[in-house]
Amino acid sequence: MESMLEIQNLDKNYGTVEVLKNINVSAKTGDFLVLVGPSGCGKSTLLNCIAGLESISGGSIHIGGLDMTHVNPKDRNIAMVFQSYALYPTMSVANNITFGMKVRGVAKAERLSKLQSVAKQLQIEKLLDRKPSQLSGGQRQRVAIGRALVRDPKMFLFDEPLSNLDAKLRVEMRLEIKKLHHDLGATMVYVTHDQIEAMTLATNIVVLKDGLVQQIGSPDAVYRRPANLFVADFMGSPAMNLIPVKAISEGSVTRVQIKPAEGAPIELIDNFNGDLPEEVILGIRPEDIAEARLRAGEDTQRMKCRIDMVEPAGADTYVVSWLGGKQVTARLQSETKAKSGESLDLAFDFSKVSYFSKTTGERLN
Amino acid sequence: MSKWLEHNIPRILLAPSFAAVVVFVYGFIAWTAWVSLTRSRLLPKYEIEGFIQYERLFAAPRWDTAMENLFIFGILFIVVSMILGLLLAILLDQQIRIEGALRTIYLYPMALSMIVTGTSWKWIMNPGLGIEAMVRGWGFENFSFDWIIDPDKAIYAVVVAAIWQASGFVMALFLAGLRSVDTEIIKAARVDGIPTWRIYLSIVIPSMAPIFLSAFIILAHLAIKSFDLVIALTGGGPGYSTDLPATYMYAMAFSRGDIGQAASSAMVMMAVVFAIIVPYLYSELRVKND
Amino acid sequence: MTNPTAFIAPRTGKLIMRWLLFAILVAFALFYLIPLFVMITTSLKSLDEIRAGNLVALPVSVTFDAWRTAWASACSGIQCEGLRPYFWNSVLLTVPAVAISTLLGAVNGYVIAQWKFRGANLIFSLMLFGCFIPFQVVLLPMARTLGILGLAGTIPGLVFVHVIYGIGFTTLFFRNYYVTIPVELVKAAKVDGAGFFRIYWSIFLPLSLPILMVTVIWQFTQIWNDFLFGVSFSQAGTQPVTVALNNIVNSTTGVKEYNVNMAAAIIAAFPTLFVYAVAGKYFIRGLTAGSVKG
Repeated sequence: MESMLEIQNLDKNYGTVEVLKNINVSAKTGDFLVLVGPSGCGKSTLLNCIAGLESISGGSIHIGGLDMTHVNPKDRNIAMVFQSYALYPTMSVANNITFGMKVRGVAKAERLSKLQSVAKQLQIEKLLDRKPSQLSGGQRQRVAIGRALVRDPKMFLFDEPLSNLDAKLRVEMRLEIKKLHHDLGATMVYVTHDQIEAMTLATNIVVLKDGLVQQIGSPDAVYRRPANLFVADFMGSPAMNLIPVKAISEGSVTRVQIKPAEGAPIELIDNFNGDLPEEVILGIRPEDIAEARLRAGEDTQRMKCRIDMVEPAGADTYVVSWLGGKQVTARLQSETKAKSGESLDLAFDFSKVSYFSKTTGERLN
Repeated sequence: MSKWLEHNIPRILLAPSFAAVVVFVYGFIAWTAWVSLTRSRLLPKYEIEGFIQYERLFAAPRWDTAMENLFIFGILFIVVSMILGLLLAILLDQQIRIEGALRTIYLYPMALSMIVTGTSWKWIMNPGLGIEAMVRGWGFENFSFDWIIDPDKAIYAVVVAAIWQASGFVMALFLAGLRSVDTEIIKAARVDGIPTWRIYLSIVIPSMAPIFLSAFIILAHLAIKSFDLVIALTGGGPGYSTDLPATYMYAMAFSRGDIGQAASSAMVMMAVVFAIIVPYLYSELRVKND
Repeated sequence: MTNPTAFIAPRTGKLIMRWLLFAILVAFALFYLIPLFVMITTSLKSLDEIRAGNLVALPVSVTFDAWRTAWASACSGIQCEGLRPYFWNSVLLTVPAVAISTLLGAVNGYVIAQWKFRGANLIFSLMLFGCFIPFQVVLLPMARTLGILGLAGTIPGLVFVHVIYGIGFTTLFFRNYYVTIPVELVKAAKVDGAGFFRIYWSIFLPLSLPILMVTVIWQFTQIWNDFLFGVSFSQAGTQPVTVALNNIVNSTTGVKEYNVNMAAAIIAAFPTLFVYAVAGKYFIRGLTAGSVKG
């Protein structure tokens, strides 16, 4: 499929402060690209650069095959939804949605018919005469999306559109945006600091930190094979366990020594990864640690661990143990009999682990 | 071309105001500073001669009186207005049913020209027919209230009129401040059984420190610029016993034809204002830029 | 309106406190009201009654002679035309000065708050400083400048001066108001294709009524009540009402007509008092806006 968004070697400075450094990102038509990272990582600035709301200091931006690097926002054929919704407070919902068409000189009849179809699609027909201040958060969000939809743009940009909503509404709107993407087949670029939103919505995730791209990949790749310690720690909740261990590789097999809270190190055998340096950080997701009595097989290694804390969370129960000087969380089935202060046999699934360099933080396997 | 224009419209629109401020504020201050260092009399001269104008200024008894008056007037005006304003604000804060009406009454003098205030108080305080005559008419034959014609007391008459004009405004500032104190803290204090006067003294008033500072700055600024009130109330008299730096400067500039003295006295006024304002503005702007 | 610091609801003992509080507040109200009361009653008395009677007594026989004199024939110096021509001078200079300075303030505030460019904050700081200078420091050069421009002693000259030294405050008002409007609004409108002026006209102007009221009222009060610029830069015939009032009151010729002076003072004060009465809310907001940071 053809490329819709092509960002090459983009730099952005504010005076001497470098906010974005050599960004290379692309999206194909129909992609749902999510820019994710902690606050201050530059993700919103990058979105503003794509929209043309911020000028860039170096590099280029192509949208739909055309060089848009120095083109005004209104001529980029994009639509944007903002975190605060940015509804024009003195205009009615209908005028909010049609303002852009009015500015571009679209005839009144066409404006009305587009308004009707969008209002129907988003089920906001009854709200058209209201002012933004008379709407609830979810309704405002719909109007903001409606304002983007009437543009019929090549690409939709979303700047943390759900972060002002309460938890329940956020889940609802997330689904609606996903459905919208499916129905329209349009390209979307979406900024969020919420990694769950990123995982559920994206076809492709760009993880940013301090103005640098950390990893680009599918949600699965970013989750399963994080490129470095930052991504490993940032994506997923609870976060991936990152345990400093001693690795002794012999060809394609590695003996992994883990220090428990008390006593001598315990050795586990990793049959999947070899050629590792001695000092590494082992990354393992909580769900890849199971109760040994419920799980057995070639790929798992057992270890007796002292349980420090048990946190029932409904569907799952999290247990915390102290390994390699770190708190390690395992996600167990809710019927587990684990009790804090007691020991439990845990099984580690080495087919799914990651290894990171202790010095650079980069992925090693 | 149109793109350039679109990009630069904000700058272009701000430019005239910016130029006006640079020329008519900063340029003019520079001009006055320059002239204050020359021997200018009726006409400005531009050869710099050093600080002779300032030497003359500080040697002039009339300037001495003006500075002394500014000191007396400023301190009394600021202190009394603040105390009165705070008192009224606290009293008004006790769920008074006619609070709105009282607030309107306390504050209306601020809408008046100081010339009107001066005219009114000049009439009220005139000994022949004003308060003095009224009280004597009530049978107190020895009552005397002639501040306005007494060179030693006339400046206090100015203070009274100025307080009348500005104290309601200080009340409004403080009332807004009282209302912005976090009510949960006060509730917590009440639950702890702390008496009302103690809550004001230990919790409410300390938390209004920024408002005290604002009120002080505004009142100090008003005091230093005070000109109209003195002109209307006493005309600087009797003699020049109620001269302030502002009236001194005006007299030198427009009736005495002594530009050098006018310029140097204006510069001293500005120095006094800036000594008070600059630290305040600096801290304000620094907070905003963070 | 609940106020947790209020004294506890009146019970027998507290009732006295309550009345005491009330008495103090009313006494202060009288302190603020008496000068106005005295002005009005004096203006309605004849000179004979003033000389015979008591300062705070109500007029025995109401007469409007003093008002007629004050308006149309009171003497200031050698001219005896009353306040009327000067009142109109004040109108003629206040209206354009308020309009122009408010307009400039709105544009400046919009640019500084929403279209930031490098150096915009510095410009704002410079303008802010301009609000606080004692105007004595610019009187001399301004007098010469007005002479050079051929505006000395004219009403346009006074308009010019009031606009120049009003910009700082009007800009401050609008900037502090517009800075509370999220920048995303401008971004959304830019994506919608609107430009600088369209965004102002369609989005910001409809939001601006409160701050427009505050600014217009502030500027109106300041300029109408101004005396320093009026007395420094006008000449016989172009003086604003405050200067004329002062001249009438302090005119040395003839007997002191206190009733005429009071009537003249009320006439000069009437426009700002009227504005305060009908739009006091905005007036107070303007007063506090300069002090409570935005």
